Amino acid sequence: MDAGFLLELRNIEKEYFGNRVLKGVTLNVKPGEIHALVGENGAGKSTLMNILFGMPVIYATGGIKGQVVFDGKPVEIKSPKAALDLGIGMVHQEFMLLPGFTITENIKLNREITKHNPISRIMGDSLKSLDVPAMRKDAQKALQTLGMNVDDWLPIAGLPVGYMQFVEIAREIDKENIKLLVFDEPTAVLAESEADKLLDAMKKLAARGIAILFITHRLDEVLAVANSITVLRDGEKVGFMTQEEATIEKIAEMMVGRKIERITTTAKEAADNEEIALSIRNLTVTMPGEMVKNISLDIKKGEVLGLGGLAGQGKIGIANGIMGLYPSTGEVYKGKEKLALNSPRTAIENKLAFVSEDRRGVGLLLDTSIEYNIAMTAMQIRGKFLKSFLGIQAIQMADDKRIRAHALQMIKDLDIRCTGPTQITRRLSGGNQQKVCVARALTMEPEILFVSEPTRGIDIGAKKLVLDLIVKLNRELGMTVVVTSSELGELRSICDRIAIVYEGRIETVLSPLASDLDYGLAMAGKYSTREEAV
Amino acid sequence: MNPMALWKKLTDKYGFPKVCISLMLAIFFIGAFMQKQDVAAMLADSTVRIAMNGILVLAMVPSIVSGTGLNFGLSLGIITGLLAGCIAIELDMRGMSAFLWAVVMSIPLSAIMGYAYGWILNKVKGDEMTVGTYLGFSVVSLMSIGWLLLPFKSPEMIWAIGGAGLRTTIALSGRYAKVLDDLFAIPFFGSKLPTGAVLFFALFCLLMWLFLKSKTGVAMAAAGDNPKFAAASGINVNRQRMIGTVISTVLGGIGMLVYAQSFGFLQLYQAPLMMPFAATAAVLIGGASARKATIAHVVSGTILFQALLTVSLPVINAAMNVGNLSEIIRIIVSNGVILYALTKVGGGH
Repeated sequence: MDAGFLLELRNIEKEYFGNRVLKGVTLNVKPGEIHALVGENGAGKSTLMNILFGMPVIYATGGIKGQVVFDGKPVEIKSPKAALDLGIGMVHQEFMLLPGFTITENIKLNREITKHNPISRIMGDSLKSLDVPAMRKDAQKALQTLGMNVDDWLPIAGLPVGYMQFVEIAREIDKENIKLLVFDEPTAVLAESEADKLLDAMKKLAARGIAILFITHRLDEVLAVANSITVLRDGEKVGFMTQEEATIEKIAEMMVGRKIERITTTAKEAADNEEIALSIRNLTVTMPGEMVKNISLDIKKGEVLGLGGLAGQGKIGIANGIMGLYPSTGEVYKGKEKLALNSPRTAIENKLAFVSEDRRGVGLLLDTSIEYNIAMTAMQIRGKFLKSFLGIQAIQMADDKRIRAHALQMIKDLDIRCTGPTQITRRLSGGNQQKVCVARALTMEPEILFVSEPTRGIDIGAKKLVLDLIVKLNRELGMTVVVTSSELGELRSICDRIAIVYEGRIETVLSPLASDLDYGLAMAGKYSTREEAV
Repeated sequence: MNPMALWKKLTDKYGFPKVCISLMLAIFFIGAFMQKQDVAAMLADSTVRIAMNGILVLAMVPSIVSGTGLNFGLSLGIITGLLAGCIAIELDMRGMSAFLWAVVMSIPLSAIMGYAYGWILNKVKGDEMTVGTYLGFSVVSLMSIGWLLLPFKSPEMIWAIGGAGLRTTIALSGRYAKVLDDLFAIPFFGSKLPTGAVLFFALFCLLMWLFLKSKTGVAMAAAGDNPKFAAASGINVNRQRMIGTVISTVLGGIGMLVYAQSFGFLQLYQAPLMMPFAATAAVLIGGASARKATIAHVVSGTILFQALLTVSLPVINAAMNVGNLSEIIRIIVSNGVILYALTKVGGGH
């Protein structure tokens, strides 16, 4: 055992309700080292961090297997407080700062330096007054360590984003016992110059002997600062390398890995069909957390197009924008006809249908029966399942008989497990809820079907069924399908072409049979730059 | 089955308020029998009260279903109903035709009022119930000035001395008092059952039921259940909420006229202030929540709530003759039920 390690995670295993998210991960961090942790979404990075911080979610779901050794002593971190006491600090992706407080007050929050005054001598410590000069001195020191010159008495509100990030870090390093700092995608919200400054600051901190665990998607940053790199994939450690050994290609390939089983053996002929079903030009979608910036893309008739990429890069925003759920600008043509944006009704009337990634939020009427969930949109927009009331054409009534018959047919076709068509959808399992969403989309008889995150929150058996269903719709009914998914393996198993979205733009469009290396580079936004270099 | 399991099963199925109120009602009926009270008259009185309040309770359904929650601003519709009732007298109409014309006149008035109300509710999504309550209070106060200033001339309605402004209570005897209650009335152990009023209530329940089955009704329910879903399905959520609010207000107006003909008086000024609370209490007792309401909730809730009020008064007065104890019980029950229901809504969000 190397006593030189500050933090050792040995064979960490973690299950959430029978779902193994960490399968024996080992990670060693030396003092003064910048250790990068990279991996796709869902690779287990956040779970690992939650374990390190003793987040309640870990222990509320049965705890962990394996051993955590900190500073040479085995420890059990059962609460965030325990983590703080050990000297583990965290710089959050979203800022945890009080906007109305000054920089100093934020840095010293709950650790204020106090001094006695006449009242506190009688009434007790809780009435001591703040020693503002001492606090400001400490704050200044912490800020200077980071190479930041700013008046420490400014309020947080109004500071540039980059500064806020630095204040977060200053707060962590102001803690006297700090030994390990975790940066969770710190550069995600920063501009390039700010990111560079941050990386410099990280190096300075490391030089002072603080170990840094650096989680990021940006591979060039990893290469720039990390002394060692651990790659996670599907809850397993798949690789470890030192700075000297690492190249972007190597990391990218490890991240993606070969884990595809194509349901269909070849990319279908339709991919060669040049007829365009939907043509997207300069589409910009304002969807918080999934911004789409000026995308142009052609969807070919009869293909299964995948939209992949890491979370937050904008892939989700594309379908939501076209379907009018989030404000968007640009042009979308279906054939020769231009579709009005920002109008769900127009999109549906033009035979587009959408299975939302937000199943419970957007996709379902949770307190309404399965049959009405399935029939609702078709009834309202297509005028299906209606009958006139006592022969009066102006009064349109829901035709319960046809709704019931259709729902029973869908329940049978899609194998929706339920007690009957009148069961409310809240009571269904995730997979069956998803099938209800798909059934509703199919009821509209769309020409183009958008499916977002079709397998999110669904158990493995049901996943396969949903994917098979998508392929079946495409192959047998000739439906054009656009699948958006965070699971690359899933896209590669069913799609004819896959567009990778990075920072709101299409990085590249790849064949599902392209190499892992290409996918890894594309997801990290390095594909086009490398192509140029070659 | 042991009593605890039975209790749990019942409260799970019917909701806590419904089970409690049913039990209270049963106890009061047993009490009434033991005190040798005129139970038949109590039943007839209960029926009168059920029929007279029914439509006001029914007015809660469209607002709940369309997603604006319990309509605490029902006093807006009540006021337009009162206004139409006054206009019918001003036009010197009498009997059934006066009542029906009042109903017809109330509809456009309520629709305009409901449209304005709906417009405001669409601006304050998430706080409809709070805003509705205070809007109701404000408009009741504003109309207290209005009743004084409106140019009504009929000597039956204006203050006897001075001659300007409407009285607080306008007697309907000789106009359209009891026109529905007496229609096809059936004798019942010395009392009368108000068949006409019950049928009128039933007619509106039927219309509401049909409406909820219509294309628009289904869209409205979707907008109320999940506005995001509705928007994604191309349903104009604000429009559905508007329709729900307008229908609710119109039913408030009609409900008020039914109430007035049975009560025999039009009560102006501060009288409409607390009326929405009785209606909300009834629908909640029936098992509705601020998000879900059906015709069955309305019918069962109205029966339970009004029967309880009718029966509790003589029984409690006979048991403990202390001032207006039954009135206090009534206030505790109706406000308690509203409070309970609001805790279950999670603040209306």
